Amino acid sequence: MSMRGRLATVIGLFLVAVALAGWGVVSFIRPGVPGGVMDFTQGHAAGQPVDLTAQTVGAIGFGPHPTWVSYLVKDPSTGKWVQDTTWKLPANSVIDMTILQYDSGSPLRNQEWGQVQGTIGGTATLNGTSYSAYNSNTGTGVGHTFTVPALGLSVPLIGVNSSDSVCGSAPCMTSSPHNTITFSFKTPGPGSYSWQCFVPCGLGYLFGNGGPMSTLNYMGGQLEVVQ
Amino acid sequence: MANENSTNETHHLRNITVIWLILSVIVDLLFWFLVGPHVPPGTMTSSAKGNQFDFTFLCLMALPVLIGVWVYMGYAIRIWSAKRPGAEEPMTGPNARTNKTAQVSWIVITSVAVLFLAGFGTVELVISQGSGGGEGPNPIWTPPGATKAEAAALTPKASWSANSNQVLTVQVIAQQWKFTYRYPQFGGFETTQLVLPANTNIAFNVTSLDVIHSFWAYQLDVKADANPQQNDVAFTQTKQLGSFTVRCSELCGIWHGTMFNSGKVVSEAAFMSWAQSTEQANAQNTADLPPFAWTYVPDANGAAGGYYTDGNVTPYSTVEIYGSKQSAP
Repeated sequence: MSMRGRLATVIGLFLVAVALAGWGVVSFIRPGVPGGVMDFTQGHAAGQPVDLTAQTVGAIGFGPHPTWVSYLVKDPSTGKWVQDTTWKLPANSVIDMTILQYDSGSPLRNQEWGQVQGTIGGTATLNGTSYSAYNSNTGTGVGHTFTVPALGLSVPLIGVNSSDSVCGSAPCMTSSPHNTITFSFKTPGPGSYSWQCFVPCGLGYLFGNGGPMSTLNYMGGQLEVVQ
Repeated sequence: MANENSTNETHHLRNITVIWLILSVIVDLLFWFLVGPHVPPGTMTSSAKGNQFDFTFLCLMALPVLIGVWVYMGYAIRIWSAKRPGAEEPMTGPNARTNKTAQVSWIVITSVAVLFLAGFGTVELVISQGSGGGEGPNPIWTPPGATKAEAAALTPKASWSANSNQVLTVQVIAQQWKFTYRYPQFGGFETTQLVLPANTNIAFNVTSLDVIHSFWAYQLDVKADANPQQNDVAFTQTKQLGSFTVRCSELCGIWHGTMFNSGKVVSEAAFMSWAQSTEQANAQNTADLPPFAWTYVPDANGAAGGYYTDGNVTPYSTVEIYGSKQSAP
């Protein structure tokens, strides 16, 4: 091959490598789906609790990553399920939270997250029964947690029986097997507080903490607490 | 002519030395008394206090060097300026390059300084039991009673009491993206809060359940890498009551920036009260925790923890699976 040909080959390969690296970086930092902010402050009267309903599904079923596990939240104004994990909440208010858990469970990597922490009364309810800790090595295990580290809030979401016909894509309806977990917590003063699931549920990723665990609008998000 | 030059050089050297000496003493004294007490990381622990002294001492050594450069520069500009009437011609050329006194002095002074600093650093590291840094699973420098306390921590009968000069063992467990803490001398309960008694030697045993993290308690001057399946031990002695901040100092994923919490150093009595009440409150969950161990293998049995990038499922392990007590299939 002539010197000119070699040079062209080397430059061409270099440009391809640069393009691939750039594509990889952009793909890595790009959020899975365009996310908005679910506003729970609209029409909220001071001193009144806020109802917040969410669900967890084993596979979102749509978008760029249909097989990824995800949270969804019910839009308080339309009642529709939305894949948003940034929630605007009023400060110093009680949040009555209901999570419909449609995913199956397993033993926790760290049983510390089997403990209900930071809720009002230090408990949550599972299908109407109060609990303060759940041994993930028994029963149907823990599917996910709802944890806000900065608030010391963490609630294990007990999984459904994996032998049942688990809902395969979102949004799941209550006709599918699910557990209803309820708890209340009080928001602090204004600020931004991240929340996440502490079950490494990113299937196919190292230690289970990549993919949906590392992408906004899946298994983690922000509580934007405003005055 | 040669004698005249030599006399002038001696004269200049004496002037510069006197100015440098006076300024160095003044600046060092000002630094010692005005800045020294505020040098980070403070005096909350023995290692913090030790590091504060080290930083201050190094500054006290560096300042005269800085002042020496500035004094020489100022003197040269003032005295040897070509614009100055009657300015002397600077001595250059072979005379400057072959001045043995200058060369030997330079080599001796810099060699002594470097060797002294190496010795100083080593001594400071030894006498402060590692200066708050992670020493790995088999620390060389340990406070009195640490080996005994660490061995006892692995037994169910481990205990700790106030005013007993016992070393308190605290296990730091890192996971994406939160630190949790186990207290083996109080039944092995685990909590998200880090509370320590004052005037106590603390043995931090740092490990990780997933990727590499780093436990950095800034005001305590404790910093130790948290590696999966490794126990990294760091020591310090608490001195003052107050709050401190814990951060992960190893980029560990998307929520790395949120991986922090605050801790407290409280009186020994207050610590006992907190530890006993937390042990009681967490009893139900503590019963579900695995036996206390220095390291834990990340679970390979569910919750996607067992699925790795190669698509294979890591086989079950019968031991040390954190949060899992069931037998292997």
